[in-house]
Amino acid sequence: MIDCKHVWDRISEFLDDTLSPEERDLVQRHLEHCEVCSAILDSTRNILILTADERVFELPMGYGERLHARLEEEISVLRREPR
Amino acid sequence: MITHLPIQQPPDRRAEAQVIAAILAGDTHLFHDLIRPYEHTVFSMAMALLRNPQEAEDVAQETFLRALRNLHAYRGEARFSTWLVSIALNEARNRLRRDRAFESLDNSPDETDRIAPELLRDWREVPSEVLERLELRKMLQEAITELPVIYREVFLLRDVEDLSISESAELLGISVASVKVRLHRARIMLQMRLAPQLRRPAPKRRRFPW
Repeated sequence: MIDCKHVWDRISEFLDDTLSPEERDLVQRHLEHCEVCSAILDSTRNILILTADERVFELPMGYGERLHARLEEEISVLRREPR
Repeated sequence: MITHLPIQQPPDRRAEAQVIAAILAGDTHLFHDLIRPYEHTVFSMAMALLRNPQEAEDVAQETFLRALRNLHAYRGEARFSTWLVSIALNEARNRLRRDRAFESLDNSPDETDRIAPELLRDWREVPSEVLERLELRKMLQEAITELPVIYREVFLLRDVEDLSISESAELLGISVASVKVRLHRARIMLQMRLAPQLRRPAPKRRRFPW
C-alpha cells in the first residue's frame, strides 16, 4: 500500500503513462479508494487540458494578415533568386 | 459553446509532405497554406515565453520566414510542427537571452524540493467554455507565464505542442529524467495555482427567476 504523498509525486508520470507497470498498478489501486487523490488527478488533468489550449493566448488583431504579407514578400524574393 | 474559436485539426502528415515537396519544386506560394494550421500555436508558444505580444509576433514571423528559407533542410523524420516548434523555441530563447538576463537565480528553484498538489474535493470538471470568459483566460495566461522559464519551456513543448518526452529533452538539450522532473513540477504548480481559483463555480445566471 502506498500513501497519498507517494501518489502525488507520480501524478505527472501517471498522466504520461511512463510509470513501470508495478508502480502504475500501485497508484491505480490507491486511486480506487482515495477520493482526495483521484480528485487531484482529475483536476490536474483538466487544468492541463485548459492551459494547453492554444486559445489561451489570443492572436493580436491583424496578425495573420501581417504574417502572410511578410511571407509573400519573402516568397517573391526567393522566386527572383532561385536556389 | 466556443463555436467562434474552432480547434485546428492536426493536418494529415502525408498530405503535408506532398505540399512541402511541391513548394520545394517551385510552388512556393503553397507555403501560406502549409503554415496556416500552426499560426496560432507558434504565436502562443512565443507569447508564453516572452510575455509580450509584439515580441511574440516578431518571433512567430521570424520562425515562419526561417522555415521558408530552410525548408529544403527539413528532412521529414520529425513532424513538420515539431520542426517549427524547434525553430520558434530557438528564436524565443535568443531573444530572452538578448533582452534580459536569462531568468536564473530566483527562477531556478531547487529541483529536489517536493511540492504537494492542492487538495480539492469538490471540483473535478473544468468546462472548456471557461476559455470564453476573458478573466479566466487571463488567469490561465498568468499561471503559465509566471512559471519559472525552465518549467515553462518543458510544459510548452510537452503539453501544448505535444512533443514526446524524448523530443522535448533533445530540443532543450537536457536529459529525459530532467524533462520528467521539470514537467512534474510545472504541472503541479499549475494545479496548485489554478485548482483553488477554478473551483469557485461561476454564479448561475438564471434568465427566469421562477
